[in-house]
Amino acid sequence: MTTTAPEVRKTPGKKRGGKVIGNTGLYVATGIAALLFLIPFYLIIRNALMTDPEITGENWKWFPTDIQWGNFTEPFNDDTVDFGRALWNSWVVAILHTTGILLICSLAGYGLARIPYKHANKIFYMVLVTLMIPTAVTFVPSFVLVSSLGWVDTYRGLIIPALFSGFTCFLFRQYFLGFPKELEEAARVDGLSYWGAYWRVVVPNSLNFFAAMATITFISGWNSFLWPLVIGQDPSSWTIQVALSSYMTNQTVNYHLIFMATAISILPLLFVFLFLQRWLVQGIAQTGIKG
Amino acid sequence: MSTTTKIDLATSASAGPEKARPRRSLRANATLNFWLFTGPFLIGLVIFVFVPMGWSIYLSFFEARFTVSPSTFIGFDNYRAILDNPDFTGSLVTFTVFAAFIVPTTWGLSLGLALLVNRLRFMKAFFRSVFFLPTAVSYVAAALIWKMSIFNGVRFGMANTIVGWFGVDNVAWLANPDPPWYWLVIVTLRLWLQAGFYMILFLAALQNIPAELYEAAAIDGAKPGWQTFWYITLPQLRATSTAVILLLLIAAYQAFDEFWNLLSRATWGQPPLVELYKTALGESQDYGQGSAGAVILTLLILVITLFQGKIMGFGRGEESK
Repeated sequence: MTTTAPEVRKTPGKKRGGKVIGNTGLYVATGIAALLFLIPFYLIIRNALMTDPEITGENWKWFPTDIQWGNFTEPFNDDTVDFGRALWNSWVVAILHTTGILLICSLAGYGLARIPYKHANKIFYMVLVTLMIPTAVTFVPSFVLVSSLGWVDTYRGLIIPALFSGFTCFLFRQYFLGFPKELEEAARVDGLSYWGAYWRVVVPNSLNFFAAMATITFISGWNSFLWPLVIGQDPSSWTIQVALSSYMTNQTVNYHLIFMATAISILPLLFVFLFLQRWLVQGIAQTGIKG
Repeated sequence: MSTTTKIDLATSASAGPEKARPRRSLRANATLNFWLFTGPFLIGLVIFVFVPMGWSIYLSFFEARFTVSPSTFIGFDNYRAILDNPDFTGSLVTFTVFAAFIVPTTWGLSLGLALLVNRLRFMKAFFRSVFFLPTAVSYVAAALIWKMSIFNGVRFGMANTIVGWFGVDNVAWLANPDPPWYWLVIVTLRLWLQAGFYMILFLAALQNIPAELYEAAAIDGAKPGWQTFWYITLPQLRATSTAVILLLLIAAYQAFDEFWNLLSRATWGQPPLVELYKTALGESQDYGQGSAGAVILTLLILVITLFQGKIMGFGRGEESK
């Protein structure tokens, strides 16, 4: 909301008298781009609600003749891939991933930003160094470590190594640097410790930022593929992304089933995304990712 | 712990005269709290980031197949072997080609979308959402749509249906490296997924451009449109543009998901991370060579980041905060 307010004020001043044609052109261009962006979503729904003969038929059909609502249960009754299990695994992993990262990284970010300690800067540089080295490149050594801990095919192996995100910690630190000091000082004067002030004053006043970070973290946890692929050697520990990937290399291809599975995997995310988009946009603009 | 709290209470009671002691106790209290807040994160960071990195450097100097506790030291042989491996060097070429396509196109498209959306007066939030929405979709799901529905090599694929309307025969988009149509598939996929995110960054930056600049330009007789874009908007977006390009480069360097899923059985178009996966976790399970590859890739990305960082002044931004 706050993000849209200034833009609205800015543009009309100049373009108020704007030509009708210019505006129409603008909306036509934007509309075409939007249609192109929506095609993949349309295709998922179309294929998920069709029968295979319709999808693979000689002539292109824009809409199913009979909407096949029954397709909804098919991924769950499939023998080749345990879709239900993968869906469950993804929920468990994404929720624990999000909770864990928010807890650990926000505390660390606050400590680095606000608690005076003479070596704090050195420690912060240590965190910055990890930002320069993308975790994706270190998946080989991480796998070596996790397998020697015996965590292959476990939730622990899927979740814990990904919790210590230098990037999230960095974003929280940047955010807390800008948090009004007066609020905390008032709390400290009232006799609260750092810990108490953090939970009773700082966190309750930062819920917008937490919501933004939660959305980003949940999406990245739900969508991550490389690490679950490495750790999920046994199909029982597959996440939904690994299951979707396995559909693409299966011997037999059931188009309607595969696309229904894709639709089910995307749906929760779209809801999360649409509801939390406002905070997400704010968070991205705020955190200084913009450089 | 208990002593510090006692001293704390005592000082708050006696207040003024003793200045040296209270400050020291306060500092001890702060130090303890610092570790309380950051400890869990730092311990995890050491175990799950620094230890694997160190171990990886160690492994890269050993003959380590099917084992992670090797005994034969072989110096730089792993490095020599992986740099002599045409698949690995080829993957660096793949990355270069990929980056050459994806970085400018994403930069241009996201900036273009931001400019469009920024000028809209109604339905602005709606269009912004539409372009931003693909950010929520995973690379795997997108790869599935692209491979099975849009760029399916058979007649009923959407792209082949459309080219069919113009009398063109079926194109094997992914199954044939010559001509390399697979780049079209890969680049459009990533464009669709990423453009909305970078559009948001550009939108935020556009709103930060002071309106006075445009007003002054109008007084000086600059025509709104191309002129103001070239002389005001683009220069004002420089910092964001550089950041976006850096982020795009790093993301391209780490590309794995869509290549893995789109070209799973192909021998062409294999980016660095896919080669690394095959070396270390494929049939040969060569952790030594895989680690050597990881070290090389890490060094390369460090060079890219530092080089770019120098241009955009990453360090400076940090100090000003």
